[in-house]
Amino acid sequence: MSSTTIAPARQTVRAAERVAAARRHVSMGETLAQTMTMAWRAVKKMRRNPEQFFDVVLQPILFTAMFAYVFGGAIAGDVESYLPLMIPGILAQTVLTTCMVTGTQLREDMEKGVFDRFKSLPIARIAPLAGPMVADLLRYATAATLTFSMGLLMGYRPGGGVTGVLAAILLAILTGWSLAWIFTWVGTIAKSAQAVQGISMMILFPLTFLSNAFVPVGTLPGWLAAFVRVNPVSHLVTAARDLANGALVSTEVAWTLLACLVVVAVFAPLSVRSYKRHI
Amino acid sequence: MNITEPGTEPAVRAEGLVKAFGEHRAVDGIDLDVRAGEIFGVLGPNGAGKTTTLRMLATLLPIDAGRAEIFGVDVAADPHVIRQLVGVTGQYASVDENLTARENLWLFSRLQGIPSARAKRIADRLLGQFGLEEAADKTLAHFSGGMRRRLDLAASLITRPPLIFLDEPTTGLDPRTRGQMWDTIRGLVADGCTVLLTTQYLDEADQLADRIAVIDRGRKVAEGTPDELKTAVGDSTLQLLLAEPGEVPAAVEVVRRVLGSDPVLSPEQGRLNVALDQADRAADVLIALRTAGVSISSVSVAKPSLDEVFLALTGHETDDRTDVEENR
Repeated sequence: MSSTTIAPARQTVRAAERVAAARRHVSMGETLAQTMTMAWRAVKKMRRNPEQFFDVVLQPILFTAMFAYVFGGAIAGDVESYLPLMIPGILAQTVLTTCMVTGTQLREDMEKGVFDRFKSLPIARIAPLAGPMVADLLRYATAATLTFSMGLLMGYRPGGGVTGVLAAILLAILTGWSLAWIFTWVGTIAKSAQAVQGISMMILFPLTFLSNAFVPVGTLPGWLAAFVRVNPVSHLVTAARDLANGALVSTEVAWTLLACLVVVAVFAPLSVRSYKRHI
Repeated sequence: MNITEPGTEPAVRAEGLVKAFGEHRAVDGIDLDVRAGEIFGVLGPNGAGKTTTLRMLATLLPIDAGRAEIFGVDVAADPHVIRQLVGVTGQYASVDENLTARENLWLFSRLQGIPSARAKRIADRLLGQFGLEEAADKTLAHFSGGMRRRLDLAASLITRPPLIFLDEPTTGLDPRTRGQMWDTIRGLVADGCTVLLTTQYLDEADQLADRIAVIDRGRKVAEGTPDELKTAVGDSTLQLLLAEPGEVPAAVEVVRRVLGSDPVLSPEQGRLNVALDQADRAADVLIALRTAGVSISSVSVAKPSLDEVFLALTGHETDDRTDVEENR
């Protein structure tokens, strides 16, 4: 160790040439490449901390069993006839909970020194935010697949067949990814990871429970039914039910996609803006 | 070996930089002029505004007032260009804890558009240069503070930026690692880089820097070469504790007569610090004090500490913006 000499290779650095060669903006292609590099980092991190997958593995298994046996009899008469109603609901719920983790983890990550370097590098400001979200697609896929597998184990026989189920999973992943921008934004504005968790819970609970995820809308009082009908999660749940149970691409799919588009269009720029301001 | 042509654009030109956090003005109107190819030291105690100044120049913090240019490029207007010209090594190693050393270097290379195969070669080269081959495939949890610093600096050099910011590069390092870091920094300049570093250590600034700005409470209190600063402070300091605090004015009179300059009064009662350009002038002062009948309870001769630099530089005038040049 003592003989270590730390001297860079001899090669002259010329400032004027560098200034002339410098690019003034990040191109779309560069932004995409940088985002994928950041996604690689996030996947590495997941593989080194597998406990990050606890929630996406345990929640679908636990919640599917719990909700089916607790509410099945009361709502649909028996567990088996409740499954087609409930599984798409659990799908939406687990995917949303997974989104919430995105915000918390981003916040934790941002406190670390490495984010200083990300900020000092000539890279698109969106890349450090979007990268982990691309990696999170793995988490949504895991959560969604496990929800359906658990349903199948409990006797759920989706009428939409493999195509219908895959389409429902795909839609859920896409929605999860889009809604995650809300939580990413919360991650960039909140003071601590705990605060992110708290705020996210307040967004998450009304969104999932004030929807048609677990109960038919008809059983709700009018004022509540009105909110439930406009809740984007209800659209996702209905669309996923139509796809999984009947391989039916209903207008609900279009509404869901529209809601996703609006959320991304609003919250992605907001997130980048507040990330830039963040010290 | 070629060195960047002198006399072209200055590496850094900052005028009246201000950063306020609420009521507190962390940086309160700092001017800097760093010439291409030099090591410029920003010297100051904790909380003086060194790091904040560096972070503003590195586009990590918005500039509240004033302006800054790096190689003639405006920092506020063209942050993306600035980020291509400056490598930043922070006070706390800004590398990824979850990745190995090799993965860190690969990641930062890829982010800057270097193709994967070349990124691997660059990582290998830097790991070798910084003595990190053996630990290359360990995650940073197993790294010592010195190894992290080296990796951090290596990560700043991937694209061989012409200007490198080092924020307290040796704080917390053991003497040997410190010496290695100094050699590395000198090596960078030999390659034509410009280095702007902050430090709390006078000897570090003295060893490395071609020129030094002394910063205190968000303002520049002095600027000059290490020699110029030392002349202002004296090569060594005679520290006197008088038996009778009441005799301070008499002692000041004696010192002025012998050396032609005023001693610095310490906040402690009856204590004086006398800047000496030669250590053996201490004897002259002591003999003159004896002759004048001023009794002394303790005496020591020491190298000037950073405290004394500050006392000397801020003590002469109430105006914070004192230049060494004006002092002489």
